[in-house]
Amino acid sequence: MAELTEADIAKHPLTKAEYEKICSLLNRKPNSCELAIFSAMWSEHCSYKSSKVHLKRFPTEGPQVIEGPGENAGVVDIGEGWVAVFKIESHNHPSYIEPYQGAATGVGGILRDIFTMGARPVALLNSLRFGPLDQPRNRYLLEHVVEGIAGYGNCMGVPTVGGEIVFHDIYSRNPLVNVFCLGIARKEEIYRGTAGGVGNPVIYVGSKTGRDGIHGATMASAELTQSAEKRHTVQVGDPFTEKRLLEACLELFKTDAIVGIQDMGAAGLTSSSSEMADRGKTGLDIDLLKIPRREEGMIPEEIMISESQERMLIVAKKGREAEVEKIFLKWDLDFSVIGTVTDDQILRVREGDKVVAEIPVEALTSEAPLLERPIKEPQFQEMIQGLNVDTLQEPASYSKALLELLASPNLASKEWVYQQYDHMVQTNTVVGPGADAAVIRIKGTNRALAMTVDGNSTYCLLNPYYGGAIAVAEAARNLVCVGAKPLALSDCLNFGSPEKPETMWHFSACIEGMIDACTRFEIPVVSGNVSFYNEALDMGIYPTPVVGMVGLIESVENTLSAGFKEAGEHILLIGETREELGGTAYLKTIHFQERGYPPILDFGKEQGVQSVVLAAAQSGLLTSAHDCAEGGLAVALAESCLLSPAQVGGMISLHAPTFRMDGYLFGESQSRILVTVKEEHLAQVKNRIEEKSLPYRVLGLTGGEALRISIEGQNAAIIQVSIDAMRSAYTNGLKGFFESSKK
Amino acid sequence: MRFGVVVFPGSNCDHDCYDVTQRILGEPTQLIWHRETALPECDVVIVPGGFSYGDYLRAGAIARFSPIMEAVRDFAEGGGYVIGICNGFQILVEAGLLPGVLLRNRTMKFICKWTSLRVESNETAFTSDYRPKQVISLPIAHYDGNYYIDPAGLEALKANNQIVFRYASETGVVDDAANPNGSVENIAGICNEARNVLGMMPHPERAADPILGGANGITLFRSLLSTVNG
Repeated sequence: MAELTEADIAKHPLTKAEYEKICSLLNRKPNSCELAIFSAMWSEHCSYKSSKVHLKRFPTEGPQVIEGPGENAGVVDIGEGWVAVFKIESHNHPSYIEPYQGAATGVGGILRDIFTMGARPVALLNSLRFGPLDQPRNRYLLEHVVEGIAGYGNCMGVPTVGGEIVFHDIYSRNPLVNVFCLGIARKEEIYRGTAGGVGNPVIYVGSKTGRDGIHGATMASAELTQSAEKRHTVQVGDPFTEKRLLEACLELFKTDAIVGIQDMGAAGLTSSSSEMADRGKTGLDIDLLKIPRREEGMIPEEIMISESQERMLIVAKKGREAEVEKIFLKWDLDFSVIGTVTDDQILRVREGDKVVAEIPVEALTSEAPLLERPIKEPQFQEMIQGLNVDTLQEPASYSKALLELLASPNLASKEWVYQQYDHMVQTNTVVGPGADAAVIRIKGTNRALAMTVDGNSTYCLLNPYYGGAIAVAEAARNLVCVGAKPLALSDCLNFGSPEKPETMWHFSACIEGMIDACTRFEIPVVSGNVSFYNEALDMGIYPTPVVGMVGLIESVENTLSAGFKEAGEHILLIGETREELGGTAYLKTIHFQERGYPPILDFGKEQGVQSVVLAAAQSGLLTSAHDCAEGGLAVALAESCLLSPAQVGGMISLHAPTFRMDGYLFGESQSRILVTVKEEHLAQVKNRIEEKSLPYRVLGLTGGEALRISIEGQNAAIIQVSIDAMRSAYTNGLKGFFESSKK
Repeated sequence: MRFGVVVFPGSNCDHDCYDVTQRILGEPTQLIWHRETALPECDVVIVPGGFSYGDYLRAGAIARFSPIMEAVRDFAEGGGYVIGICNGFQILVEAGLLPGVLLRNRTMKFICKWTSLRVESNETAFTSDYRPKQVISLPIAHYDGNYYIDPAGLEALKANNQIVFRYASETGVVDDAANPNGSVENIAGICNEARNVLGMMPHPERAADPILGGANGITLFRSLLSTVNG
């Protein structure tokens, strides 16, 4: 084979030092196919080379953890012999280049990560970031991303039960599409991505291989430039094939014919084969002529790094091939024995008799570069934290400010979006989209699982430590608000270029905050994903860690929701309100400012508030619970009216605050939960809170057809808005952009 | 009473139907693979929702050619009860077991939400336990649920009392505001002339357990039980 020229080598985004390391690991120069394999495996996306040193510090263990990071997904024990398998992953770059297919294949990929572990996927969530909707391009991106998610998830018959969407200028050129999937399996039926047993057959199943998605992993590891020229790197999804692949795999898992199985995700056959061999401490010998193809004339490196979707790599027990084949043929899927497991720990790729690549497995995995990227606090950091609240004029009408907040796309109802997702299929959805957290029951038990995705990038920009900690705390609080005990989390860390020390400063500080919160709250990280290079025109996104968290409800009848249930119940705010306006939705929406010191997090108080609410929920003492989050107390109260199935309003009497009224109504102090309690349980609930010495206030009563907020001792209301007026603002805030844009 | 649930590649409400008839109602239920050419012994065949063949080409257009559909046709012609839900309705229409066609929703979007329906006829084996004009609540989840039939066909449906469900307001008013997908005269479900084949876009199996937000759907299955068991 001809030696590679400088120009051939330069086509790959490898540094000179990396190229030299490859030569020394091989003891020779790589050929073209080998270089492509290294380039994919050593890409940021596959190797985590910039993040690994930081990720290692996450707590990953706990009595509930069965499988932590390193497998296709995390696994936690949920009792009665069941486990939950879950992970969150990003598909940011592809979704900007081709929003429908980018988002669709993001869903397809995360689903495969879950069912490759032996679990049936039972729920999907997503966390999305777009630029403002007054720009047509952003509306186009949102509309098509949502259709892509719907098109794939609905066809698969996996309900999309929740999520979050945030709009901000910074995402106009770099939208984020993070998808979370959760599956359920019997504890003893978990499968792993390992290639064990020398001599065992290596089997390819699923769709045929084409040229789509070539260089997807390396594309996701660089700054986006002209999007049209990258379109060929985006894969095309076929949910119908994936649905058959899902059913076939689950049928296969009922036999004991296989040793290991792995999805061909980023970097396709290259990563699946080398990672399986790495986990099994074995080698693989595969013949590319046996790969089912949909295109002619594909060269070895194209086959090795194609990211064609809906494909799996299986290591079966020798002699059981026919059994496996029968299942895949039943579901009209391709099946081909492409090689064998060897004992030499070498990935050997052949085309018939000709060896086209021969690489020690470790060279692709544990020998991949590990970087300690330089870290530097940005010069602007101190400046953006400054906020002189005295320069802010309090709104003339708090009612009007509340309606403006409810109508702002970040706080408005996302119904227009989630009505496009089938959120009820599989008949497990107890609490669907639009709530603090989604809840699905587990058939055959009295248990249910709650799940949520959460992240506030403005907080993370202004104070990455608290931003990271709050992402964890708020996700846990959301779970507690539906009556669930948090079990574990999966994180998706979306950042700009790791080559910028300022990005790494935010990255490292966010992780620091997350680690402290995870440790204090005993919520381990069991899986996750890092997405760097979310940059365009040399401008990075805000630091955007997104937390996907799962909690357990032991008795499904104790599930709580946020809406007021009946008139005449007591409304309590548990937790302390301080004047914290920095980085709030109010400051951004009403005063067009994005600065200040974000709310701080007191770990002890957070834990206290969560534990008292969870215990009261489990004892059936509460009729509703709602996290006091973006938009503050006034928005939380409004949402409890809007989410009320019986259209119940609230009558609130606040004590006169010692600080600004807007800080009281719209400030975003953490560790606060709004609950409602029936008269007969009030004394008991108060006792429980007082026993823990937690601050709380009885705010008023549910009832009426409006939200009315006044100050103790004053007759005039400071906020008086009918539920109808709130609903109109809340419902049309996002939907209005699409209905009017079509006219 | 014995239920059979047909499974096409891409069906995804098959297990939900099975759960209702087998677990909630405790009636023996069998899943029937689409390549079978004969039905097992059963009283009711359910053609479930989902995306048979990915809805490629046109919803239901490929599934109607599956081997099992011959047997389903014979079963229906012999008076057996057949219910097509969502994609199942689309398949029955494509197979010619029910009249009309299901077009893309007028919003051009997939819609998943709870809807109110008015029971237009309780004179079927599927709806006999509902009160006449009862307003019930069932979820819909479809891209192609916009029922269309030509004026002559519509007249025939009315003349034969074949319109079983209409989308309505919570108080039972049938108007355009209550029509989620653009269906002709708010039609949500119809039966054949012999009244033993029902097709409907809403999902009764998703409203069979109160913990999921409503249980109006279970009455449909119970109606069948009352009819068959007498």
